[in-house]
Amino acid sequence: MATTTADHFEAHADAHHHDADHKPGFFARWFMSTNHKDIGTLYLIFAIMAGVIGGLISGLMRWELAEPGLQVMGQVATYLNGGEADFDKMAHSWNVLITAHGLIMVFFMVMPAMIGGFGNWFVPLMIGAPDMAFPRMNNISFWLTVAGFCSLMASTFFPGGTGYGAGVGWTVYAPLSTSGSVGPAVDFGIFSLHLAGAASIMGAINFITTIFNMRAPGMTLHKMPLFVWSILVTAFLLLLALPVLAAAITMLITDRNFGTTFFDQSGGGDPILYQHLFWFFGHPEVYIMILPGFGMVSQIVATFSRKPVFGYLGMAYAMVAIGVVGFVVWAHHMYTIGMDVNTKMYFTAATMVIAVPTGVKIFSWIATMWGGSIEYKSPMVWALGMIFLFTVGGVTGVYLANGGIDDVVHDTYFVVAHFHYVLSMGAVFSLFAGFYYWFPKMSGKMHSEFLAQIHFWVFFVGVNVIFFPQHFLGLQGMPRRYPDYTPAYAYWNEISSYGYVIMGASMIVFFVNLIYAFTAGKKAPANYWGDGATTLEWSLSSPPPYHQFETLPVIEDHHSHHDAIGPKGATAAH
Amino acid sequence: MTFGEIARKRMHILPVVAAFLALATVPQTSLAATAEAPVAAAPVAAPSAGSPNAADDTLPAAAAAEGSTAAAAPAGGGYTPLDPRQWIKGQPVDGGLDVQPQYSPIGQRAHTFHIWLVWIMAVISAFVLGLMLYTMIRFRRSAHPVPTKTAHNTLIEIIWTVVPVLVLVGIAIPSISLLKAQFESAPEDAVTIKVTGYQWYWGYTYPDNGGFEVISNMLPEGQAEPRGEPEHLGVDNRLVVPVGVPLRMQVTGADVIHAFAVPSLWFKIDAVPGRLNERLLTINEPGIYYGQCSELCGARHGYMPIAVEAVPLAQFEAFIRSKGGTMPGDAPATPAAAPSAAPAQQPESAVEGAPGAGAAPTASPAPAPAASANPA
Repeated sequence: MATTTADHFEAHADAHHHDADHKPGFFARWFMSTNHKDIGTLYLIFAIMAGVIGGLISGLMRWELAEPGLQVMGQVATYLNGGEADFDKMAHSWNVLITAHGLIMVFFMVMPAMIGGFGNWFVPLMIGAPDMAFPRMNNISFWLTVAGFCSLMASTFFPGGTGYGAGVGWTVYAPLSTSGSVGPAVDFGIFSLHLAGAASIMGAINFITTIFNMRAPGMTLHKMPLFVWSILVTAFLLLLALPVLAAAITMLITDRNFGTTFFDQSGGGDPILYQHLFWFFGHPEVYIMILPGFGMVSQIVATFSRKPVFGYLGMAYAMVAIGVVGFVVWAHHMYTIGMDVNTKMYFTAATMVIAVPTGVKIFSWIATMWGGSIEYKSPMVWALGMIFLFTVGGVTGVYLANGGIDDVVHDTYFVVAHFHYVLSMGAVFSLFAGFYYWFPKMSGKMHSEFLAQIHFWVFFVGVNVIFFPQHFLGLQGMPRRYPDYTPAYAYWNEISSYGYVIMGASMIVFFVNLIYAFTAGKKAPANYWGDGATTLEWSLSSPPPYHQFETLPVIEDHHSHHDAIGPKGATAAH
Repeated sequence: MTFGEIARKRMHILPVVAAFLALATVPQTSLAATAEAPVAAAPVAAPSAGSPNAADDTLPAAAAAEGSTAAAAPAGGGYTPLDPRQWIKGQPVDGGLDVQPQYSPIGQRAHTFHIWLVWIMAVISAFVLGLMLYTMIRFRRSAHPVPTKTAHNTLIEIIWTVVPVLVLVGIAIPSISLLKAQFESAPEDAVTIKVTGYQWYWGYTYPDNGGFEVISNMLPEGQAEPRGEPEHLGVDNRLVVPVGVPLRMQVTGADVIHAFAVPSLWFKIDAVPGRLNERLLTINEPGIYYGQCSELCGARHGYMPIAVEAVPLAQFEAFIRSKGGTMPGDAPATPAAAPSAAPAQQPESAVEGAPGAGAAPTASPAPAPAASANPA
């Protein structure tokens, strides 16, 4: 939100013995990295790879669900278990797939991309900091995430009850995950969450410290770009929510292996306690996945409308409000456990409250566009797609918030459609928006705008064809996590599976675009989006120097309004 | 023109919007009153599912209201299950868009609320889309090359905070009263049905009727269709319950968590080991209602469907006697049936369209008495 001139930070590079672009050797640079930009790149590469695996798994699932009966699971079960697969192993393999898809997409795709990738890359750049506060902890965060992913992948090679692999769902509900799944697979899955959780907690500490202590002179909290705000709120959510998950899954581990009975009713425990603990983490988790997306969309909409964000303070504190309220609505994931009527009424009302700050954000984005001079470059079309599709996912969220209504749609495909609209469209659209927005900045190469637009339109059609019919399936009563169904669900399932093919085709366009950018892409200038792009990262070259802001930029306040951040907001001191 | 100017001009619309929302909630809250006497209204809605015998159609509900159950219950296991070809009411339809038709008072009430919500969702989505498209077209770079610098407007920000609050209040009021209705506790004379989720089948126990348990498994592939039942939903032994009578549904899990769910009755509750979840259920019409386990419970989670068979009280008594159970008010000496020694049903032997055959054709639409209405 503040500008500075580009050349100051590169010009002195060759004057020093220890210059800004001195890069270590390959192994030291990529395996022992302490550079926030390199770690961000590693996170993005990791997230793309994990996303491909998670996406291929969902492909297997849509293939299986394309028609009634079991078609694909036989192969999957044979692959997982070896030898001829019986019916139980086939059905178990399905559960392994849904578990892996959920965990990969949440912990190893969206979170690493949003927070680890874009957060690492752009928080220091946007606040004018040379790096993260704890560069070595940053490295540990990344490699623990990788280790967590390896642990999850390893779980498929161990028995997990009925067959190989952990088939407990991403929620890992006890007692299915304790007495219901004998074998090390579930332990590996739980351990994977431990590692990913520890990585995220360290990342959160790093971001909070960085944002509170390393802002450039003049960069007050109320002048920070909204993306930094979103990462700050997200980091607090991570810091408060993940220890609860860690506690819950540690109790699962001891229930499984050391004879404790935290979640075993026969020993005085309570299976519902696990659900409370899990969702106390799980609901903030969904905001962890979407808030950085909100931040990116705010930057992008402002850039391509050539206007400052409308209602900056309202936008920032709407995210804070979403974060705070997000901690007191968790039991709406558990409406059918048989909770007290007053509890259910409370969670119904509290959940609906979240729609208010979310509405503020949606309307503020539109108001940012209002009166602007809007250019429809690829990041903008992705951001606009996100705004609309997130709205659709948001209103179905209000629908689901009603405890009385939830009795018919709980654990059905309606819920699946809802959370894919907010995540697979809300979060993923903002990821692609951010990717096209910043890819030339990160790589120094321009992507093909044409291919990015094709990618958008095909992906847009694809995901809507996949997920919109799932609303109908859910209303008709089709439960989640079913490999097979009664023929009455065949029509919409078939259409949904066609949608996957369309979506998959668009991903090919995405990878072609990447190859194009790296092989034939034009060199990216420092600010390739023009006047609208006003945050500090646009003052640096593309890609930025290996070490930036060795002399801190100073953000001067030209405005009497403390929150009126315009393009004239700052210049760099030298 | 800025948002604020437009908003100021349109300020007078706000009270109209608020009034509309307030009005729209009225039918929702007033439904609470009509739902008070669901059973009285329910039996009137006779099934019209293409039964060849019109008289039979109207019988079951009436029979439920009659005390002459003994006449309807041939002694010695004379229970004939409903014929699925005629009596399936609650099941999904191919290409269906909406929730299944509802056959319980709560379901009918919730369905009205559901439609209200769907309209709200559609209107909000359309409004946001319309506003976005209008802004996108009007302020595209070619048409509007010089951007304004407007970044504030307190009034418009207050409006887009307050109006959603009003909408949410308009949703919350009927929603909370619906919840209240759902949580009404069962009357003392309700028929208790205990549902137990097992890996991977259901057990239905009748504690008021001798405590025997009926085990219900999914019909193997290829067997449902010949019986006139949908594949994947048909079961060997359905959960037989009396129609029009309050049922005290008690749901628990034996090993892991399952969920007992019947979409056409707006009923879903988790079967949690160590807990006995209780919920009132009243079924309006005789018929067969399908559901499925709705909480991930292991490998065969997708293969433990639920089929509820709601029959007139007389038929229900016949069913109970055929299992060796007792009706409340029987001589206390009657021995309880062995829990799992339930003989298999023989749906194939069902007389076409005659679930109510043998019941006295008395047409009294009075509120159905509960199970204890038997001559003591």
